[in-house]
Amino acid sequence: MQTTKNPLLQVRDLKIGATITPPGGRPQDIEIVHGVSFDLQKGRVLGLIGESGAGKSTIGLSAMAYGRGGVKITGGQVWVNGRDILQTSGSDLRALRGGEVTYVSQSAAASFNPAKKIMDQVVEAAVRQGKFTRSAAEKRAVELFEKLGLPDPQNIGNRYPHQVSGGQLQRCMTALALCPEPDLVVFDEPTTALDVTTQIDVLMAIKEAIRDTGVAAIYITHDLAVVAQVSDDIMVLKMGDMVEYGTTEQIITAPREDYTKALVSVRSIDHQEKPAEGTPLLRVEGISARYKGTNFDVLKNVNVELRPGQTLAVVGESGSGKSTLARVITGLLPARQGRLSFDGRVLSPDLPARSREDLRELQMIYQMADVAMNPRQTVGTIIGRPLEFYFGMKGDEKRRRIKELLEEIEMGDGFIDRYPAELSGGQKQRVCIARALAAKPKLIICDEVTSALDPLVADGILKLLLNLQKVEDVAYLFITHDLATVRAIADSIAVMYKGEVVRYGTKSDVLAPPFDDYTDLLLSSVPEMRMGWLEDVIANRKMESAGH
Amino acid sequence: MSPVLKLIAQRVALGLLLLFMVSVLIFIGTLILPGDVAQSILGQSATPEALANLRRDLGLNDPPVQRYFAWLGGVLQGDLGTALTSGQDIASVMWARLENTLFLAFWAAVISVPLAIFLGLLAVRYRDRWPDKLISGVTLASISVPEFLIAYVLMFFIGVKLRWLNPTAIGFRPDADVLSKLEAIALPVAVLTLVVLAHMMRMTRAAILNVMQSAYIETAELKGLSLFSVIWRHAFPNSIAPVVNVVMLNLAYLVVGVVVIEVVFVYPGMGQYLVDHVSKRDVPVVQACGLIFAAVYIGLNLIADIVSIVSNPRLRHPK
Repeated sequence: MQTTKNPLLQVRDLKIGATITPPGGRPQDIEIVHGVSFDLQKGRVLGLIGESGAGKSTIGLSAMAYGRGGVKITGGQVWVNGRDILQTSGSDLRALRGGEVTYVSQSAAASFNPAKKIMDQVVEAAVRQGKFTRSAAEKRAVELFEKLGLPDPQNIGNRYPHQVSGGQLQRCMTALALCPEPDLVVFDEPTTALDVTTQIDVLMAIKEAIRDTGVAAIYITHDLAVVAQVSDDIMVLKMGDMVEYGTTEQIITAPREDYTKALVSVRSIDHQEKPAEGTPLLRVEGISARYKGTNFDVLKNVNVELRPGQTLAVVGESGSGKSTLARVITGLLPARQGRLSFDGRVLSPDLPARSREDLRELQMIYQMADVAMNPRQTVGTIIGRPLEFYFGMKGDEKRRRIKELLEEIEMGDGFIDRYPAELSGGQKQRVCIARALAAKPKLIICDEVTSALDPLVADGILKLLLNLQKVEDVAYLFITHDLATVRAIADSIAVMYKGEVVRYGTKSDVLAPPFDDYTDLLLSSVPEMRMGWLEDVIANRKMESAGH
Repeated sequence: MSPVLKLIAQRVALGLLLLFMVSVLIFIGTLILPGDVAQSILGQSATPEALANLRRDLGLNDPPVQRYFAWLGGVLQGDLGTALTSGQDIASVMWARLENTLFLAFWAAVISVPLAIFLGLLAVRYRDRWPDKLISGVTLASISVPEFLIAYVLMFFIGVKLRWLNPTAIGFRPDADVLSKLEAIALPVAVLTLVVLAHMMRMTRAAILNVMQSAYIETAELKGLSLFSVIWRHAFPNSIAPVVNVVMLNLAYLVVGVVVIEVVFVYPGMGQYLVDHVSKRDVPVVQACGLIFAAVYIGLNLIADIVSIVSNPRLRHPK
C-alpha cells in the first residue's frame, strides 16, 4: 500500500445510492455505499471482497462512472489519470469507458452479444476509440487469444459466442478488456460461474495477462481464496462500508477485524462421518438414462447406496450428470435401465406411477429458492401445502405445525404471513427446507442448495441441515460441485464425471490417497487460502505431465 | 441437412398445408352462403327449365367434393374460372388488379417500414423523454382514428382546399408513366403509412427495450459506445425477429386490408374488385380473391418466420 504522488485511480469518500421499490411499497432512495476511499497505483491489483450486497461491483463500476440499473453515484470523487471522472460526460466519458478502463463481467456467456462474431466484439472498443486500426486491433486480439491459452487463436474470433465453451468465453472477455491497452481493468467475479477445474486455468491466464501487460486491476470476488492468488492488496467490504484494507498477506495471515476473521475461517463445521452400517434406504442399481431426442446416455450404469439418516454427497462439475441422477430418483426422468429401490420396495421409474407415500417420503430442495416458491403465496401457505396434501391438516392444527416447522428452521413464527420477496436468500432456502420437512420425508434430495448463497449464509444452512438430520433422522442426497461443502456434510461420497461414478465410498476413503486422475484434478483445483497456491498447483501439474 | 434448411422446409410445407386448408374453408364458405347462383344470374323471372339447364351447365348438380377438386385443379393450372356477371376470365382481370394493389402496398411499405423502425430507435434513444412521448402520442392517435376519416380529412385539405394533389386516385391509369402514377397514389400511401406506422414503431420500441435489459448491452455501454450506436449495432440485430413479424403482418394488411382505402380513393385494386363482386354475388370472383389474399397473408408470414430462423445465429452457425 505504498503511495506515490500520482496514483492511477483515486477514490475519495465515494457514496453510492440506489432507488429500490419494496414489495407493495413506494420507490425509495437508499444509500448502498457509505463513503469508501482508496488508491490504486499503476500495475497493482486490488481485490475487493465481501458478500452479496457489500457493494463490491458497484464500487468497481464507479471506476467507469457507471451505475447499473437504478444505481447512482451520489457523492465523493473518482480520479482516473488525474481527472475527476464524475465531472466528465459525453465523449470524454466514452473515451474513458472502453479506452482507459475496461470491464470483465461474471458471465461472459451473457455479456457477449449472441448475434455478433467474437472478433467483432473483442476489437470494437479499441477501433471505435481510435486506439488501433481494425487490422492492428485484430492482430493484438490474436496475440491476446494466444497469451490467454485459447485454442486455435487465429480463427477463434470468427466464431459466435455460443460456439465456444464457458471457460473459453471468459478468456475471450479478458481479451476484450485488454485489447484497447487500458490502464485499468475491472474484473467482476470472472471465474465464479466456472467449474473449479476450469477456474484454475482461467485464473492463471488472467494473472499472467495482468503481469505481462502491466495493467492495473480491480479484482472483485466473494471468494477470499481466489483473490489471494491474484491481488497485491485486499479491501474487505460489508454492507457498503470498508471493514479492512491491507496487503494480501496481512489480510490472509493476520486479519484484524472479526468479520475478516470469519471470512478467512469460514467452513467451521466439523462433521464426524457415521459408520456405513444398516440396510440402505435408497439403492440405485445399474441406472442409465438419456434425455428425449438424444442418442447418448447422460448417466451410465450408476450404482450408489444411501443409509437412513446419513448423507451421500454427489459431487461433480457441470454436465457430469449429478442433477440428472436427482431427476431419475425423483421419477421426473424415467431411467432407461436399472433399478431403484427405496426403503425395501422397488420404486417405479416413472413419476405418475408412484404412490402418494413414495412421493411423501422423498422430498427435494433446489438451488434457486426464489424460483422454487410461488411469489404470490405467503410462507404459511407454502409450508402448509404439504401438510394439507399428505396429512389432511386444517385450521389451527395446521397453523400450529407450521409454527413448529418455522421454529425448527430457526425463523420465528412472525414469518408466517410474509411473502418470499420479503425474505433474504438464506431465509428463502430455509423456508424451502421447512416445506420439504413438512412431509416428514425419509430422504431429501438437496440440489446445489447452498451454491447461490454467500459463504457465511451457506454455512448456516449446512449447520441447520446437519442439526435437522440428528433430530428428524432424515437422509440427504446432497448434490454439489463444491468440495468444501462435501467435506462439511458428507458420510459417503460419489464423484461423478461425464455420467459415470468414478469414485465412490465413505468420506474418509474417497478423500484419502491414492486418487484416481479425475478426483486428484478436482481436489487439487479447489483454491486454498494461501498466497502462491496457484503457482504451486500449476508447477506441480507441469512436472507431472513432464514425468508422464 | 443443416438445421436451418430443415426448419425452413418445415415452414414452407406447413404454409402449403395451411393454404390448402384455407381453400377448403373458402369453398365451404361459399357453399353455405344463402341464395342460388343460377337464380341470381337469370333473375327472378327465369323459368324452372332454364334454371335447371344452367345449373347443369355450371356443374352445380355435381357433389361438392367433385366440384371442389375441379375448382382446385383449375386454380393449380392458373385458371381461376370465369366471372358470372361479366363472363370475363377472372385470372387476367385479377392479375392487373393485384398488380395495382401491390404497387400501392409497395410504396406504402417503402415509406412506412424504415420510418417506423427509425422512429422506434429514436423512441428508445430518448426513452421517457419528450421525443418518445411525442412519437408515441402521434402514432397512437393516427392508429386510433378510423382510416376512412383520415382519408377524407387529407382529401379535403390537401386535395380540395390546397389543391396540391388530386383528391382521388382517378388519375391512375395502367398506361400512365410512373411519376403520374406516384402522384395519383400519394394520398392513399400517406393514409396507409399513418395507419400501419404505430403498430410497427411500437413493436420496434418494445422489442429493443426488451433487449436493452441484456448483459451484453451493458458490455457495449462500457466499451464507451454512444447510446445510438449501442442501440443500432447491439440491440437492433437481436430484436429483428419480433420486428420482422409485426412488419410482415402490416405488409399483409397493406395488401389484404386496403379495401376501405381503395374504395374511398376509387383506386382500381383488388379490394375494390372484391367489394364490387361481393355485392353482385359473383361467387367465383370472391373465391379467387379470397384465395389470393390468403396466399399473400400466408406467404408474408412465412417470410417472417424464415427471417426469424435465419437471424438466429445459433441456428445459422450450429456448434
